[in-house]
This record gives sequence, C-alpha cells and structure tokens, in this order.
Amino acid sequence: MSTRSVGDRVQRKEDPRLVSGQGHYLDDLSQHALAAAFVRSPHAHARITDIDVSGALDVQGVVAVWTWEDLDQTHEAAGQPLPMLIPHPSITAPFTAYALAKETVHHVGEAVAMVVATDRYLAEDAAQRVRVEYEVLPAVVGVETARAAEHLVHEGAPGNVGAYFEQELGEPGPRIDAAPHVLELDLDIQRSASMPLEGKGVAARWDPELRMLRMHSSTQTATGLRAAVAAKLGLSLSQVEVIVPDVGGGFGVKINHPWPEEICVAAAALRMQTEIKWVEDRREHFISSAHERQMLQHVRVGFDDDGVILGMEADVWHDHGAYLPYGVIVPLNTVTHIPGPYRLKNFRVSFTSLYTTTVIVTPYRGAGRPQAAFLMERTMDAIAAELGLDRTAVRSANFIQPQEFPWDIGMLLQDGRLGIYDSGDFPASLDKLKALIGWEEFEAYREQARAEGRQVGIGLGCYVEGTGAGPYEGAHIEVETSGRINVATGLTTQGQGHQTVFAQIVADELGVPLDDVHVTTGDTRAMAYSVGTWGSRGAVMSGNAMLLTARKLKERALRIAADALEANPDDLEIVDGIISVRGAPEATIPLRTVAVLANPLRYAFDESAKAATQFGGKADETKPPIPEEDRPGLEETQFFSPVRTTFANGMHAAIVETDPQTAEITVLRYAVVHDCGPMLNPMIVEGQVYGGVAQGIGGALYEKMEYDADGQLLNASFMDFLMPFSTEVPHIETDHLETPSPLNPLGIKGAGEAGTIPVAAAIASAISDAEGFAVTRMPISPSDLWHLRASRRTDRTDRTDRTDQTDQTEES
Amino acid sequence: MATQRVRIRRSTPPFNPSEAPEEPEELLEITLRVNGTEHDLEVPGRRLLSDALRHDLGLTGTHVGCEHGVCGACTVLVDGRPSRSCLMFAATAQGHEITTVEGLARPDGTLGPVQQAFVECHGLQCGFCTPGFLTTITAYLEENPDPTQEEAREAIAGNLCRCTGYQNIVRSVCRAAELRREGEQQ
Ligand code: FES
Ligand code: FES
Repeated sequence: MSTRSVGDRVQRKEDPRLVSGQGHYLDDLSQHALAAAFVRSPHAHARITDIDVSGALDVQGVVAVWTWEDLDQTHEAAGQPLPMLIPHPSITAPFTAYALAKETVHHVGEAVAMVVATDRYLAEDAAQRVRVEYEVLPAVVGVETARAAEHLVHEGAPGNVGAYFEQELGEPGPRIDAAPHVLELDLDIQRSASMPLEGKGVAARWDPELRMLRMHSSTQTATGLRAAVAAKLGLSLSQVEVIVPDVGGGFGVKINHPWPEEICVAAAALRMQTEIKWVEDRREHFISSAHERQMLQHVRVGFDDDGVILGMEADVWHDHGAYLPYGVIVPLNTVTHIPGPYRLKNFRVSFTSLYTTTVIVTPYRGAGRPQAAFLMERTMDAIAAELGLDRTAVRSANFIQPQEFPWDIGMLLQDGRLGIYDSGDFPASLDKLKALIGWEEFEAYREQARAEGRQVGIGLGCYVEGTGAGPYEGAHIEVETSGRINVATGLTTQGQGHQTVFAQIVADELGVPLDDVHVTTGDTRAMAYSVGTWGSRGAVMSGNAMLLTARKLKERALRIAADALEANPDDLEIVDGIISVRGAPEATIPLRTVAVLANPLRYAFDESAKAATQFGGKADETKPPIPEEDRPGLEETQFFSPVRTTFANGMHAAIVETDPQTAEITVLRYAVVHDCGPMLNPMIVEGQVYGGVAQGIGGALYEKMEYDADGQLLNASFMDFLMPFSTEVPHIETDHLETPSPLNPLGIKGAGEAGTIPVAAAIASAISDAEGFAVTRMPISPSDLWHLRASRRTDRTDRTDRTDQTDQTEES
Repeated sequence: MATQRVRIRRSTPPFNPSEAPEEPEELLEITLRVNGTEHDLEVPGRRLLSDALRHDLGLTGTHVGCEHGVCGACTVLVDGRPSRSCLMFAATAQGHEITTVEGLARPDGTLGPVQQAFVECHGLQCGFCTPGFLTTITAYLEENPDPTQEEAREAIAGNLCRCTGYQNIVRSVCRAAELRREGEQQ
C-alpha cells in the first residue's frame, strides 16, 4: 500500500549526497578550466584615462587580458550595456553597467579588466599588475546625499532619480486632516545583503565541434541566463545550454543576470575556443555583487480613538546603487506591501529610487517587504503609544476580516497584476501568536524581571507576502521502462528541498514509491521554459506544474493499462507503481510495463525492450503501432500559469532584554505564526522559517554595510560585516495556520521569504517597549542603543527649557 | 573622451619574446595523508590546504566560503582537531593526519552518526556550510559525547550557516550524540 507523503515530514532526498561531500557546486566543476580574475575599480566614481596591461602579460601562465574593447570585438551586443531586465513605467533614467567598464566606473568593485590564466593564483597575481589610471569624480553615498543631488551619479539622471512612482487610493489627504489624531514618523533602514555562503561563479565551455556554449552558473535562473548570454554573444538560443549545479544559497542576489562576469567568461570561452571558470571570492562578493534594504521613510497617518486608520500617506526614498539592471522590484514591493493585513482604503504612497555610487541593489530575501513591514508596524506601535492602547488591540481594530477575502488592495504588484489577497485569517493568527508568546502574561514577567534589575520588552510584527508570482513554470515527467521516474522543472534550487517536495507531489499523484522519483532542476536541456527561483514561488509554481503533469501522465498510463487489462480506465488505480482493477487485485500491470507498451520498438536492447518489439507483445493488426494523436513514450509536460499572485501571511513576536548599563540586546524568546496554506512538507517549511528569522535577526541587530563618504565599503569581510552565528539566533517557537489558496490546485502559498519579513519590525517593537522610546532605525547595535539613550537624556534636559518640543513617535 | 589602451594578447605566452616572462613558481614536493590515504603532490609554497584538497586531490567536499578564517566552511580535522583549511598552507599539513567530510562515513560506507543526524533533523539546506559543521561536530563529540542543547549551540558557534537558522543544527548535534551512543552499545 503506498502512503501519501505530501503533508509529511519527509527527509530530504538531496541530503545523503550533500552530507557525504558529494555535492556538485560550481567550483567543484571544470577543474581543468582556465581561471579568470577581475581587475576592479578602487574608486567609487572615476573616469578611466588609461589601462596598461603589459605588466600582467609578463606573468607566467597568463593567457589573456581583456578590457571593454575585447567584448566589443567579440560581438557588438557584448560591448553594449547589460540589459534592463524588468522595465517598469516608473523608471525615468535606466542605467545599467557595461560588462567591463567602458569609460567611467560608478562604484568600488566595478569590473574594469579580466585576466585569464592557467591557474587562479596566477590570474590574481597578474590582475594586480594591470595599471589603470583614473580621474576621480565625486562620490554619492547614501539616500540623503543622493537626494541632495549636489553631484550626479549619471549625467542623464537628474536629481539622481532613477524611478519615481506614486499611487493614491481614496482620498487620504482630507481624511488625515479630518482625523481626531495625526502622527508623523521618520524611519531609516540600512543596507544589508543576501550573502550566501557560496559566492557567485560561472564556468563556460565552447565546444568548437558542436559549436555550442555550455555554461554552468551559480544562478537562480538558468533560462534567463541562457537567453541573455545568447543575445549578448550573437549565438542562437539552441547554441547555448545552461546547467545550474548545486547552489550554496542565493536569497535573491543570484537572480540578477547576466552578471558582468557571466558575459566576460562566456565571451572569452567563445573567442578562445576553450573552457574558462570564474569563482567569486568573498571580498568580490561584497563589493561587486548586490545589496539591499536601504531606505528612508516618511509616514503621515490619521486615526480615530480606537486606533482605526482613517487615512495614510507614505513616501520612501530607496538607494538602488550605481545601476538598475533588475529594475525597481524592491521599492515596488515595499509600497505594495505597506497595507499588510490591514484595511487601508485611503492611502497615498510614493517611492523615489535613487542612484548612488555604491554596489547595485537586487532583491534580498523578502525583497522590499521587510521595509514595508517596518513602516507599517512601527506606525501601528506609534498609534498604540499615542492612544495608550495595547499594540495588539490597535492591530485587531484594523485587520481585514476572514469573510472579507478576496481583498483587493487596489494596487498592481511587481508582476504587473492585481494585488488581491486570496486567503487568510488574521484574527486567528494573532490569537495563536498571543498564546504562543504569552502576550497577556508578559506584564507579570516584566515586573518580576524589574525586581531582578532586568529590563525586558515585548513586541510584534505582522505582514502579508505576495508569493507564487507568475508568469509560469513547467514540469516534465517521464517513466522509464525500469520504473524510474524522471522529473524535470526549469526552476533552479538553492537549498529549499525542491528535489524532495516535487518528488512527494509526483509520487503521491502517480501512486509510486518516493524513491523511484528523481528530480532535475535548472537545466535548460531538460526544461527550456522557466522563469526562475525568487519571490517564494518555487513550490507554488513548479509544485502545481508537477501536480498537473502527473495527473495528465496518470490519465495516459491508465488509458494504456486499461487496453492491456481489458478494463475501464475509471476502474483502475496505481498503488506502489502497480496498476490494478479496483476490487480485482489479480488483474495488474506495473507502471513500468505501461512505459514499455507506450513505446513500440524495433530493437531489443534489454528485456523490457524485447517485450516492446514487433515480435514481443500482442498487437492489434488493425491499428498503427502508435494510435493517431498519440506519441511514443510515457511522458508528459504541463505548465502552471496562475491568474495572479497568492498571499501568504504571518505574525512574529519577540521578547528582548536590554542591559541597562551596556545596552546589550538579547532576544530571549521568539515566536512565529505562519500561514502558507497546506504544507507540503512541514519540516521543510519550518526550516525555511528558521532560516528566514535568522536572516531577519541579522537585519535587525547586526548587518549593515558601512560606506565612508568616498564610497569605500569599510566592512567588506566576514570579520567586519556581522552575520549571526548560532549564539546570536534565538530558539524559534512556531505555530501554523493553514488557510488554503483558491488560486491553485494544491492550495499552497509560498514560504521561502516569510521568516525574514517582520523580524526587524518585531525586534524594534520589543526594544522600544523595553526602553520606553521608539526605535526608528535598523539595524540597531548596542552602541546605537547606548547613543539613543544618551541623546534622549540630553533631549529631556533641553525640553524642560523648551516645552513646545514634542516627539511624536514616542511610545510609552 | 578617448581612452588609451595597450593592445592585448590573446594567445599563449610569451606575448613579447624580447621580454622574458616572470620566473615560474618554485614547486615543493609534499605528501599529504588524507582520510587514511597518502598523496604525493607538487605545489607552490603558497598553495592553501583548502585548494590542495579541492583542486589537487579532487576532494571537493570541503568548501570555501570566505578564505579568511571566519565562516568555517573549509574546516577539516588535522590530527583530529578542527582546523580552517583556508588558513593553512598545504605544505604545513605534511606529516599530519587530515580528515575531510569524505572521510566521515562509517567503514562500510554508510553515513556516520553526525551525517545521519543532519539528515534526520533537517540540519542543512543548501549544504554548502555543512562539511565544516560535520567535521567540527565530529571532533566535538569526541570531547563531549553527551552535550546539552546549550553546549551544542556553543559547540557550533564558530561556523556560519546562512540557510538553516541553526536550530536544526543544534538538534543534529544532540541527535548525533545519541546515534553515537547507540552505535557503541551495539
Ligand atoms: S573558507 Fe575557511 S573559514 Fe571561511
Ligand atoms: S545550509 Fe546553506 S549555508 Fe548552511
């Protein structure tokens, strides 16, 4: 009897390989390829006046040194700027980089030249001997400097503005003006980054005999990279294959493509008719990949005596770095996620996305949504403080109610489609959260802690997340005559357990053992149509494509089996890979035999093939071996393309302790209630939540890219850019609510990013509660908190003289 | 503004025969004993142990996440003690017993207790940091075969994982301890 595995805590199929050192990550491949290293700009903004490569060429083992001209000579498109991948009407000044700088560099770390040598060490030696002369131009660092626009990053971007977007629902202005209470808040979030433990990397091999380019890349989109490289190098799509091996984490940074290095390495492999590999080192990752999060926010909100929001205006200024290759997904996500679980009918929002001479921005886990949650949840806390209400009561007063789904937020999302919440039950989630963290009992605990000289606080953060965005993903399933079932999706994987959950779906639907199902991801040879892995879409998109494909395949298998068993297909079932007539267990045929029947053969190369030859099985002489409108083989392909995005949601609560002397911040407890619909594998969903919260803790307390005014990144190493170790991440208590989505057959909503989104908001809420004043800037370090306390003490002294001063964001 | 550039060589050296290329690097002959097998190899003095293991010996299970000694992904056991192979020269490792993740399986080829525990407890996601955790924990359990949760958390505090959030790695340490004890009883 085969058992269903969807919904179970199934151990991962990929793990035995990965724990025994048998993983195949990018740098494990192409061991004999030539190695590339890059010469990178030491200046944030400069004009290149001369490049002298002669010193590099003297290094033994150097094969070539490339500058922009070499790209240009390879193919005209390779010498053009990289593509603007996701155009959006809000983009007023679309600037992207050249794969190797042409005349000007716009951030420290921008690639200027590439050295190819027989060995990585030698390539790096030689890179140091390339002399580049620069005429240094003024750097533009941070939102405020960019906004002031004393200097421009690009001449064609007046005011340093790359994009401006504004949307108004209802009549926020008049509603705020007429509201009994009005508050204004200024908030500030710093730069962080995905920082996967495996950096980026690419290996490209030109096969001169087949005239094919085969690329392996540590990317989140195989098909996107393939199309981009083909276009840049003037190759036909059929001449390029992209295979994504095991990937050591992505979290967003590996979705951007093509990276300059992918173009340079592929172009050089093509020109030199050889195989070249580049593997990013950690410093390169810091100064030449991508960051995220930095934003200044201003909120004006009007509300009634119960804390119900009557009108709200939010303006955000986003620092997107030197170029805009991935468009404005991040600030667009921010503005469209500000409403969160709340009724917000009178709302005006704008973003201004600004150029700075710093590393580019691409989505990092949560992709703009942590900033949205920070803005809205800080606002909720401020309202509660102003009215002297419980923070959960203010949220309850604003929640969209379960019977109000589907709820239209009135804005188009980053995929250009309507934002309509499909399912959820926010009051039920909040009840679960309050029970899990012990919200009602906290005051007693605070008193007890106070008696011990300890200072504690509790906080919460709520969010919704648009997940499972389209346009589509596909699946291909084939049954081999051995009974092995090969499953492919073009979607890539970076540790989310896709090989397990997709196999679970297929095994259940087909009625075969899980061990028989083998999943391939991110290989354009196996599935050439795909979008990529981002935005918590893997399970929703490819998972549902798996289900649809398995259904179709099963239908076909049962039809063929019905012929063989002389039964009605409707009476058949598949259990453990054996097809039988329900209620007549003696009439059976294994699925693998159906695969034999589905493919009439001429040649008998093995036992099952023998059965499929013209003299092997019984044949109906009146029909062709393959009936009309059928085809050989037991395989199917289906695509899933949803009308719109699903919405997962959740709520987090934290209890923190802040040291009265040292201002050290300790997270004592952390609780998560999460709703992504039915869980395919609760173990994996929880794992995603744990990992997400850890990254959120990093964003709340530690992770900050420190740039100086000249645009030098001062903490470009793991020594100096702090990411949480095990001792910094609290134990996480979880509870789940499963409200199925009506938008897809599995009823699921994505779960990949959820853990990260409200963490900074929840921690800020808890620290504010402990300290008695509002925290408005994240991350917050002990020294930040210490300075905040000190400045508030001075403020208070000042205030005795100037009583007209009010701090509207203060919380009790 | 016009950019002046020097022409670039695209063929194999020498680019300009009149200018002698730099001297090739001097190579050292060393013997590395890894997972019980001796390997003779010729490496430059500056070759990192991590690179020698991965690229010269093909033992790619050991990973490199930072190359500056912080992340712990490259941890191998040197005479049973966890060591950062990115902070060690291959030549320095000569004469020592090195164990990599490939050497952690049981003699019959099945997963060792720490490996098995990671599978059971979902102690990994992308798996890139995992070899460093597995070697570190293997050595730790030799010293402390019965750790508490807090001790387990402390024991892994020198390794970075960007995916799992550590909770399941802590559970894996405790489960591995259990599996070791069960193994001893048999
Ligand atoms: S690679 Fe050695 S510690 Fe990070
Ligand atoms: S599992 Fe990905 S870094 Fe640890």
